[in-house]
Amino acid sequence: MKKIPSGIRGEIRLGSRCKNINMSEHTSSTLSKYELVCGMEVHAELKTKSKMFCGCKNDPFRASQPNIYTCPVCLGMPGGLPVANKKAIEWTIKLGLALGCKINLFSHFDRKNYFYPDLPKGYQISQYDQPFCIDGVVETDLGPVRIHRIHLEEDTAKLQHKTVDGQKVSLIDFNRSSVPLVEIVTEADIHSAEHAKAYTKKLRQIIRFLDIADCDMEQGGMRLEANTSLRHPGETNLPQYKVEVKNINSFRFLEKAINFEIKRQSEILDAGEVPAQETRGWSDDKGQTFTQRAKEDAEEYRYFPDPDLPPIRFEQKQIDEIKDSLPELPDKIIKRWFADFDVETKNSDLLIESQDDAKWFEELFVEAKKAGVQPNALANAVVNKKLIIAEPRQIAQTIKTFQQANQTDTVDEAELQKIIAEVIAANPDAVAQFKNGKTNVIGFFMGQVMRKSGKKLDVKQLNASILKTLSSGQ
Amino acid sequence: MLNTLTLKQALDLLQAKKISIKEIYGDIRQSLSQNERLNVYLTLNANMETDAESAVNKPLAGVPLAIKDNFCTQGLRTTASSTVLDNFIPQYESTVTKKVKEVGGVVVGKTNMDAWAHGSSTETSQYGRTLNPRNTDYLPGGSSGGSAAAVAADMCIAAIGSETAGSIRQPSAWCGAVGLKPTYGRVSRYGVVAMASSTDSPGPIGKTVEDTAILFNHIAGHDENDSTTSPQVAPDLTKALNQSIKGMKVGVIYLDHPGLKEVAPLVKKELEVLSTLGAEVEEAQAMDPEASIGVYTVVQRAEVSSNLARYDGIRYGNDRSFFGAEARRRIMLGTYTLSKGYADKYYLMAQKVRTLFLQDFERLFKKYDVLVSLSSPGFAKKVGASESSSMFGELEDMLLEASSITGLPGISVPCYRDEKTNLFLGLNIMAPMWQEEKMVKVADAFEKNTEWNTWRNPIGK
Repeated sequence: MKKIPSGIRGEIRLGSRCKNINMSEHTSSTLSKYELVCGMEVHAELKTKSKMFCGCKNDPFRASQPNIYTCPVCLGMPGGLPVANKKAIEWTIKLGLALGCKINLFSHFDRKNYFYPDLPKGYQISQYDQPFCIDGVVETDLGPVRIHRIHLEEDTAKLQHKTVDGQKVSLIDFNRSSVPLVEIVTEADIHSAEHAKAYTKKLRQIIRFLDIADCDMEQGGMRLEANTSLRHPGETNLPQYKVEVKNINSFRFLEKAINFEIKRQSEILDAGEVPAQETRGWSDDKGQTFTQRAKEDAEEYRYFPDPDLPPIRFEQKQIDEIKDSLPELPDKIIKRWFADFDVETKNSDLLIESQDDAKWFEELFVEAKKAGVQPNALANAVVNKKLIIAEPRQIAQTIKTFQQANQTDTVDEAELQKIIAEVIAANPDAVAQFKNGKTNVIGFFMGQVMRKSGKKLDVKQLNASILKTLSSGQ
Repeated sequence: MLNTLTLKQALDLLQAKKISIKEIYGDIRQSLSQNERLNVYLTLNANMETDAESAVNKPLAGVPLAIKDNFCTQGLRTTASSTVLDNFIPQYESTVTKKVKEVGGVVVGKTNMDAWAHGSSTETSQYGRTLNPRNTDYLPGGSSGGSAAAVAADMCIAAIGSETAGSIRQPSAWCGAVGLKPTYGRVSRYGVVAMASSTDSPGPIGKTVEDTAILFNHIAGHDENDSTTSPQVAPDLTKALNQSIKGMKVGVIYLDHPGLKEVAPLVKKELEVLSTLGAEVEEAQAMDPEASIGVYTVVQRAEVSSNLARYDGIRYGNDRSFFGAEARRRIMLGTYTLSKGYADKYYLMAQKVRTLFLQDFERLFKKYDVLVSLSSPGFAKKVGASESSSMFGELEDMLLEASSITGLPGISVPCYRDEKTNLFLGLNIMAPMWQEEKMVKVADAFEKNTEWNTWRNPIGK
């Protein structure tokens, strides 16, 4: 589903945002001539107990055998009828609200008609013109990415191409058939491969935090697609072509694939040609994207409202209730942790994987503060795996372990200054290096001071003291 | 002959133990072999007698029923009269047949139909046409032609059919039987091979209005497997029997249509009985039924093209090369009307006109309790009549399509018999959605006060 009204996309100016982004030499020089126009489509399998349109167990990755979670509905047997999973609808709306979307009070499911052996009914139940959620935004460090729409659909079965008894065969596993799948479509707000990565990482964090999907990318529980094209900086119209890169199953590949496309498309444009409108795949072995098929227009899917599923109407009150049930979201927690505990964003970002984690670490920081331990030091130790938290995790025990590992000796300030002065005086070469900008010699000074004092000193404090002395000596 | 019993009679006698399962099935078996030429059943249930013996203490007491071959029956071949499903044995039971079996109904066999329910003649069946038991030179109508013929030929006690637009009422009319098409969403479609999902309505075909009411009671109601079924409790239609229709307002529609010149006077005369019984009968103006042909054709073809996409031969059945000419035509037309550039012109336009029909019926039902028309523009057509006409069904069902696309319930009762040909006309009585009792009231009164029901009034006696 990619129905992005051109009017909306056309209004965005992206060029100015490119300035501060650290890019590889190649892409930054390319981008001075062209700018990337990129929107993303991300699919995530919801982890409801049952499938989207039938009562079968939704657990495709842990199934002990193929085709054990199937029924007449998800096998597309004659007479099978879909019944929508209410939980999946509720979760889609939850995600929409978390991303600041408007929720359509009236929406419905549509049939997307196409043939493929992994699609048992010959159509996929999806949403076309009235998705559950529209117009949201995901904030990233590299700029906001507006959400065009979020809709709910069913996943396909899984094809496996194998050789059995010397014969090449294609096998179909229907355990995944009709598993609920949300699709999150952005506006073309993404202006670099790094931006795409930042957006998708943030999106995954939110989805996981809401506890509605595992987003296991290796298994295909979360799948990334990037619609890319290039234009000259200053142009506001959408380019006349669009290349969709599909089947990307890691953030790293996403970055590589987009950068590859920037290079590939700019070479074609340089030659005075227009890149073909098509769908491409990513091959990590070759480090290249490759042609999969010429892009079909949305209209070729012959969408029409699924007559088997009545339209869905919500009262605003129901939406408000879902909104009220939303937890405090990662972005907010990160800001608050910084304000309340001085915990750095890079640490918080990694600690907030789930609501349980967020709650537990918050309690940990409160107690740490009380015990005179800096929460950020603690957070840093956890992130860098210097502090392993034993299960079942206990707050008091964790703080104690950290304290023991990081015990520092107290030292008289005058005594310390004296030692520092001695070390500086004894190492004029290192001082000269420092003054020439080799600031990492500070580590050498710290080691010398520690050895001379014969004590385990607080690293941060020591660092500050030496810096102060060295700087004042100028 | 016990196979000629009505459902009501059979239930009374079986429950009173005045007749045995063995006796009734003996007569059914005899009728099956005598009428083999009619080509009514595609698959017989070899265990019908044993199934019946174990059901004798249940409400339907083991009565023999004919089931249209588009209802999935676990372990019993289900083809929808298409060789695409020639070898298809369902692993599950449709809700309707499940309900019927639970209360002691027994499947005699699966009846012939137009392939995929595409047609009104049974002539699109890939297993040959069914003949009209009333006169074998003629067609039984369709698509539930096998079920209607099974009733008319007493090859069952009652039958289950399904209607998308006319497929219960038109063959019932042509075969001189009673066909009840419930409100869309009243009876579950789960396990019924889908034709046009937005209008498919399973329903009973019987020998009397009472029989269809009894069967309706057993199959109606919400089904958690079909989200288009209504959560409302279905009415007990047997309570609508033997009621006065005095003061009921009856609007007569479509009789002035030019295509009905020959039969209209016959029906008008028959409608006088309703006035005699105290109903207020008057002619009413409804939207031109010819507009409904276009709407129905576009919507139905669109849904068909999508509904038949699953028959790819990968998981079950034969591949697409087994589709017959009519199915291919419908798939192509439906695909076309949903395609880029045409969906607005055809599919969306059809949906808009559909809304106009809804509004028109709303207007009419403010004034009338029921609307009546003919079930079909004329008598049964001769064998072979559909073969050169790809719009055969649409024209034969012209008077029913408007009510089908709007989800209304309707019942067809015999209202005339031509002595020379022994062919029948059916009176179509329609009620507002969810108000089947109104039409049953009028249909029952009409049936009991006219001579046309051959089970109540055997011919020649």
